[in-house]
Amino acid sequence: MALLEIKDLHATVGDREILRGIDLTINPGEVHAIMGPNGSGKSTLAQVLAGRELYSVTGGSVTYERKDLLEMSPEDRAREGVFLAFQYPVEIPGVSNMYFLKAALNTIRKARGLEELDAMDFLNLVREKMKSMEMDQTLLNRPVNTGFSGGEKKRNEIFQMAVLEPRLAILDETDSGLDIDALRTVAAGVNALRAPERSMIVVTHYQRLLNYIVPDFVHVLSQGRIVKSGGKELALQLEDSGYAGLGIADDEEVVARV
Amino acid sequence: MTAISEQTGAWLEQFTKRQAAEPWLQRLRNAAFQRFVELGFPTTHNEEWRFTNVAPIARTSFTVGRASVTSSKYQVGLAAAEPHLAKHASFHHSAFVALNTAFLDEVSVLRIPRNTVVEEPIEITYDSGRTGGVPHATHPRTLVLVGSGSQCTIVETYKGAGQYLTNAVTEIVAGDGAVIDHYKVQQESLTAWHVATMNATLGRSANFTSHSISLGASLARNDANATLSRGTEATLNGLYIVTGAQHVDNHTAIDHAMPHATSHELYKGILDGKASAVFNGKIIVRKDAQKTDSKQTNKNLVLSDEAVINTKPELQIFADDVRCTHGATIGQLDSEMMFYLRSRGIGVREARSLLIYAFAQDIVDRVRVQSLRDSLERVLFEKFHEHAD
Repeated sequence: MALLEIKDLHATVGDREILRGIDLTINPGEVHAIMGPNGSGKSTLAQVLAGRELYSVTGGSVTYERKDLLEMSPEDRAREGVFLAFQYPVEIPGVSNMYFLKAALNTIRKARGLEELDAMDFLNLVREKMKSMEMDQTLLNRPVNTGFSGGEKKRNEIFQMAVLEPRLAILDETDSGLDIDALRTVAAGVNALRAPERSMIVVTHYQRLLNYIVPDFVHVLSQGRIVKSGGKELALQLEDSGYAGLGIADDEEVVARV
Repeated sequence: MTAISEQTGAWLEQFTKRQAAEPWLQRLRNAAFQRFVELGFPTTHNEEWRFTNVAPIARTSFTVGRASVTSSKYQVGLAAAEPHLAKHASFHHSAFVALNTAFLDEVSVLRIPRNTVVEEPIEITYDSGRTGGVPHATHPRTLVLVGSGSQCTIVETYKGAGQYLTNAVTEIVAGDGAVIDHYKVQQESLTAWHVATMNATLGRSANFTSHSISLGASLARNDANATLSRGTEATLNGLYIVTGAQHVDNHTAIDHAMPHATSHELYKGILDGKASAVFNGKIIVRKDAQKTDSKQTNKNLVLSDEAVINTKPELQIFADDVRCTHGATIGQLDSEMMFYLRSRGIGVREARSLLIYAFAQDIVDRVRVQSLRDSLERVLFEKFHEHAD
């Protein structure tokens, strides 16, 4: 039984169609990489799956654990185990990382029928997860992502993922802006979360990340459609010949708009 | 003129019925009442009152009320007030200050001797409580005299029940090097009118922080004025939260009369429903006030389409070697922040309260009186919870 089944998904922003018929099936435990040039719709797909209202779904369906994902609010998706690691994590001055994450975890635990964690248990849990992400513990008391370096923000995303333990993790260009050391740490954090019941969608422009997070499947997106799918060797092929080798160029109109 | 006499007629009747005070005080009352009659209540043609219509107050016949007030061990007799009373809050330009002075009776006079550190906050609570019946007017008057080199915290709270007018005046005199942390918490009944003026005259190198928290009243007008001396440091913080059809008007005036003084002003407002707010920040830098450093910021979070905010800086700079900056922002809840919180399982209602709380957080953090900070945090979390979804 597939965890996620996307059928002929169309989505627009304003009057521009970005996703033009995506089909994708993800089974429990699988890691799927979504690659593609700028403007191909990779990030849009990630955001649509997380429920960003900026995008309108104009056609197709998304079934997640036999439920209609598109009918669910972003918070309900999160409570059902969907997690998006943001390409650009949002700074929220005035809300401490600790308060935020505790509120998130306890809402999700409640939805799963688990008891809420008290302050002590929560602190023990996050300390352990922070250690494995090699994160500075003082980040807990700082406002969410505020004044964090690019690397700290990305680590914070994966750290949140480790605490919230999703069933479907969507990583949106988690590698962008990371130096090689940070990339290794983040990838190790992600790999530690690979599990038979947990699936991942790894959105990336470059093959580099996939040396560290080795996918089961690679899909190439162009102009809002999956134009090629294969195993991990497809990523290597792209590394050699580039997107142009597949006859794909940046969608310049979109790039110009971004 | 007819309109003014109609308005002042009821006040005149009450004024003449009052028991005479000591001669110096009676002279002051008479002069103030005379001035009130000349000025009449301001209309929206008056630039200072352009966005705040006090016609409902002018039209109402109030009975004389008296707010119950807490006392403190630093309270002294009225005699100590004579050299200062009405010297700092002038009634010549304000009908409300004139009316307060005309009806002043009990004055809370607090005196902190020189070089005295008062650790515990000094709390003065004016309670206009009672419901039903004819609306009453109270004229709370506070005079705070802080000796040179002394340090204290003053918490003024205004509350009540039903429909009434609070017309308060507070005068603060800080000696050289005095350190004052002043809080004014306005939590009047939602059917009350609240007009208040605070005037602070600050000595050399005095350090004065004012926190104006405005939560209640259907109409509230707060004037906060500070006159700075050489090397004075003044901080004016403000937080106003209005919902429903509430209206709040904050007018501040900082007078840099002498060189080397610093002023920092941060007022933040949260507006919901059909509420309206005004911020007018006047900063005067006199000709001799070189090396003035002044910063003014007003930020507003507007939660509904129908709420209205008018914000205006008013800088009058007559010196040439100064640094003055000002800025105002009006914004809504950030949709990216909302999505980020929701994508982590936090519901719309809680995400909203979190972001509202976050907006006000720097003002709340500056509140150094723990009990007050706790109650503010509670207000922030609870006030907006019922509106969401």
